[in-house]
Amino acid sequence: MNSPEENWPLPSLSQMDCARIASSRDFKHLLAVKRMFIVPAFLFFLLNFIGFTILVGYAPKLASIRVIGAVTTACLFALVQFVLGWTIAGLYLIASGKFDRLTRKVLAQIDRAQIDKPRGAGE
Amino acid sequence: MTISLGVFFAFVASTLGITYWAAKRSRGASAYFAAGRRITAWQNGFAVAGDFMSAASFLGLIGLIALQGFDGVFYAVGGFVAFVTILLVVAEPLRNCGKYTMGDVLAYRLRPRPVRALAALSTLTIATLYMIAQMVGAGALVALLLAGSGIGYNTAVVGVGVLMMVYVVFGGMLATTWVQIVKAMLLMACTVVLTALVLRQFHFHFLDLFTAASQVAYHQKGELVVKDFLQPGLHYRPPHGPLDLLSLSLIFAFGTAGLPHILVKFYTVPDAKTARNSVMWAMIVIGSYYVMTTILGLGAAVLLGPDDIIAHSGTNMAGPRLAHALGGDVFLATVSAVAFATILAVVAGVMISASTSFAHDVWTNVIHRGVERRSGESVLVARIAAMAVGAAAILIAIALGPGSNVLILATFGMAVAASANFPVLALSLYWRRFTTTGAIAGLTAGLGATLGLILVGPNMMGIDPPGATARHLIQARPWFPLENVGIISVPLGFLAAIVGSLFSREPSAEAKFDEVVVRANTGLGAERASG
Repeated sequence: MNSPEENWPLPSLSQMDCARIASSRDFKHLLAVKRMFIVPAFLFFLLNFIGFTILVGYAPKLASIRVIGAVTTACLFALVQFVLGWTIAGLYLIASGKFDRLTRKVLAQIDRAQIDKPRGAGE
Repeated sequence: MTISLGVFFAFVASTLGITYWAAKRSRGASAYFAAGRRITAWQNGFAVAGDFMSAASFLGLIGLIALQGFDGVFYAVGGFVAFVTILLVVAEPLRNCGKYTMGDVLAYRLRPRPVRALAALSTLTIATLYMIAQMVGAGALVALLLAGSGIGYNTAVVGVGVLMMVYVVFGGMLATTWVQIVKAMLLMACTVVLTALVLRQFHFHFLDLFTAASQVAYHQKGELVVKDFLQPGLHYRPPHGPLDLLSLSLIFAFGTAGLPHILVKFYTVPDAKTARNSVMWAMIVIGSYYVMTTILGLGAAVLLGPDDIIAHSGTNMAGPRLAHALGGDVFLATVSAVAFATILAVVAGVMISASTSFAHDVWTNVIHRGVERRSGESVLVARIAAMAVGAAAILIAIALGPGSNVLILATFGMAVAASANFPVLALSLYWRRFTTTGAIAGLTAGLGATLGLILVGPNMMGIDPPGATARHLIQARPWFPLENVGIISVPLGFLAAIVGSLFSREPSAEAKFDEVVVRANTGLGAERASG
């Protein structure tokens, strides 16, 4: 069987190094911090969007209540989807500062000469 | 219409200039396939927006909202929220774990040849559906707008096809990206002006527009009816409507994150952080665009009225007609030219993703097992593939003719992306136990179920009244009741991938999972900017 490296020339990483990095405390901390943001944010987004769909599809009466002037709940919820999307993106931008800091910490711990083979090998 | 031609030719001339500039700079595979990975965050954000906002979302969407009210607005919301999935789940790991295509990410852990072959098959299927949709749209638009100028549907299709071949064959990803950036800016500028013109009619009181949209009068089957365009249910009615809507929401939530021509854009930036920031830029552009489009759709319903829109060349022309009514001939010409530009940019983006997948996945990695026999071979193959794909799309678009439904074809492509591409992409990035068998099962089931259900659904099967032009491919009652197949095909794609993995063991794929996670999260070993 062909190893993926032969078929796909990205500079390869050593499997042992990766296992070591993956089990390091700093890397696990990075993953945990990322997960703590991404998983709830994504689930909340999905549930909210599918909930919006269900409201529009299955509860037309509720969706047709006028909230401000002629504006219905359905319209308001549509706007909420946009605001929520931008909010999640904004929060992610703020949180990613921390992700990047933790990533640099992980990278600093690695002896780069050992891991990072010459750039663009196989190009 | 000479103004329209003038604006259009100015755009074509400047894009050819971009192509010439890009062709001079472009050396080597990563320059051709990934623009040398030097695109910045805002540039890529606009390019993604220019890649995504297609004829369907400019021409189609305004018409849809103008005729179906809130049920059309749903498409605007769906198109935007999809980018949350891209931001949180896909963009950064994809950039870190691949080189040119989605197939790279799968091949990293799994047996490369079968997964690449299937990933390429589904990529090419999506690209074909998308490209034909855009070409038909372009042809119909030209035929309608330039009716007096002697330029017909077929000429327009050939023209668009040849132009995009020039962009892609000579300019590669760099030219495509800049064409998309310019187009996104033009489209935004036009939309802002048009929105301002609509709101001026209501003295910039939003609520007045909404009040007017809550009582739109038009004729339905010869009778005058007054409908509330702010209430859902004008199109998606019981018994199957709500389920169809739910189906559509699944396609939106996962489909965009599996569209090959969107995914390849994240290989054009230098690193994962830039990829992340570019999604933010795209979300600002696309979100504000769709909010404005909603205003335009409701504005068209109120100011033109559904009767007028249906009487004058159908749903796709609601936007241009609105521009004409509010801004006169010059503005109509500008909007029409920008609509062409929109189509050109999307078609070029889809085409380069298709030819990249063919050259990199099929030719280099499946047929020649990853060995490039002569340097520059994969770029050459991609150029030839681009010409072949372009020629095929021209012929199919001419064969289908201007009557075919553009939005439906594009939605089919998105359904394949949601059911076949997204499940395997997500599982290969996030699930240790994922195996080659699982990927094969997921891709096959997702692709097969989507195409199969569409074939036996109401879009393809139906009984047309005798004497009328046949709208359905198969003259029989549909076996599957829903227009949108996502509610079945998306879970099926995931289920097949998971069950297939659980019934097989692949220690090498499990062993490589650590590598994928390390790469995805740190960017170690990811290819940097070049050329």
